[in-house]
Amino acid sequence: MRDVYIAGAGLTPAGEHWERSLRELAFYAIEAVAKDAPQPNPEALFVGNMLGGALSHQAHLGALVADFAGLRGIEAVSVEAAGASGGAALRQAYLAVASGSVDTALVVGVEKMTDKVGAGVIAATATAGDSDYESAHGTTPAALAALLMRRYMHTHGVELKHFANFSVNAHLNAKANPNAMFRNTLTVEAFLKAGMVADPVNMFDTAPDCDGAAALLVTAQPGPVRIAASAVATDTLAVHDRADPLSFEAARLSTARAYQQAGVGPEQIQVFELFDAFTIFSALSLEAAGFAERGCGWKLAADNEISIKGRVPVSTFGGLKARGNPGGATGVYQAAEVVLQLRGEAGAGQVANPIYGMSQSLGGAGATAVTHIFERVS
Amino acid sequence: MEISRHWRLQQQRYGLVGEICPHCSGKIFPPRDVCPNCAGEAKTPYVFSGKGEVFSYTTVYDAPEGYEGNAPYTVALVKLEEGPLVTAQLTDVENGKVAIGTPVEMVTRKLREDGERGMLVYGYKFRPAVAEAN
Ligand SMILES: [Zn+2]
Repeated sequence: MRDVYIAGAGLTPAGEHWERSLRELAFYAIEAVAKDAPQPNPEALFVGNMLGGALSHQAHLGALVADFAGLRGIEAVSVEAAGASGGAALRQAYLAVASGSVDTALVVGVEKMTDKVGAGVIAATATAGDSDYESAHGTTPAALAALLMRRYMHTHGVELKHFANFSVNAHLNAKANPNAMFRNTLTVEAFLKAGMVADPVNMFDTAPDCDGAAALLVTAQPGPVRIAASAVATDTLAVHDRADPLSFEAARLSTARAYQQAGVGPEQIQVFELFDAFTIFSALSLEAAGFAERGCGWKLAADNEISIKGRVPVSTFGGLKARGNPGGATGVYQAAEVVLQLRGEAGAGQVANPIYGMSQSLGGAGATAVTHIFERVS
Repeated sequence: MEISRHWRLQQQRYGLVGEICPHCSGKIFPPRDVCPNCAGEAKTPYVFSGKGEVFSYTTVYDAPEGYEGNAPYTVALVKLEEGPLVTAQLTDVENGKVAIGTPVEMVTRKLREDGERGMLVYGYKFRPAVAEAN
């Protein structure tokens, strides 16, 4: 396996794009990456997408995007791993380049969620869980997160207010990100008073579904940012099949593999784009990645160690919570944001001089975890 | 309509039929044919008692298609007395009268309906256990 680098990153605004279709969103991201890395010439395209079939009546996104973007003829497939689809697409591009199979691969994460509304979108996202034994009983992503959150609060003696700063910090960081969906201030008071989605998960606890697309160009050509590690792990699909539901086992395993590959530990990670679809996910991810002891992930938020200047900066571009959560595109946004941090291009949200950054995408209630560690090469 | 999909699950939905592992005696629900404890083959049916307690619960306000008519409804992780956790709705619960640890028992109820003329899907839910002394 040879070294793999990021030659370019293309980010587009996450939000409601009534005027753009799925294929146009994807092309928009490819245009953005082409500005960042002129003459990209990819030999392969990996598209991360979760809901094209369910919400746009469109599967087969590899051929669709390659065709629409003028890349006809190249190797192209789509990769699906629910919320981790974008991360999984990057993983495939990494493997294709590391193996020597291709020299340059393009990763596009794209999701079109706003063509349907309400109950239809919720039913589509619920397919990330166990259809026969979870969703059939009326569970949703928020409901599964709520089951974990209530048990966590009960077991560790924590209250809703202790999770507030995950969302407050995300909104604060989003102010510096022109691609963020929500750049407004969120106060602790507003967080505590928000309407319930699936209690204790409320409207400001959960990340908004939205449209979006992001792209990365992955290459064997040495550049300023190297992929120091790429790892995927899985857990039981259904939460109820886990021996210990309060441990994100897939996240723990994939982070451990990534640390080993990169030869670093959590103490070297200076920015962590974690998967804050729900605040309980943030707490459990911080624990799984070794930043906090079991039952103590919430303390990093409560003590504000997660801010740009804190010990473990997270959601530095707003995270899923405030940048928005465009499903299968999210993992590519997360990775691209870490790349911008390492290149010193994060603007007012810049973490001081980072060398290592990590992104982690979760599918379902943590059943898939894709972890990437990036290194600034001087 | 997906009739066969629901028909395949009738033993689980109506009878809480799981499996018992012939190697380690672990009780398995939902059935999965490979024991999660010892990875041995496990295909021996086992009927669960339907008794357990609430491990966690949530009231769902934003419901998916097919469930909007019931919202808000309460979903729980129920710890069955034989060991496994199962995801199911709680029913016959007076507002707020559920807590982690509440003893519950299985009942059969309507799970969802696919539109006015669509299929009704029945299956297990759990309700607070009726005290033995009554
Ligand atoms: Zn066994």
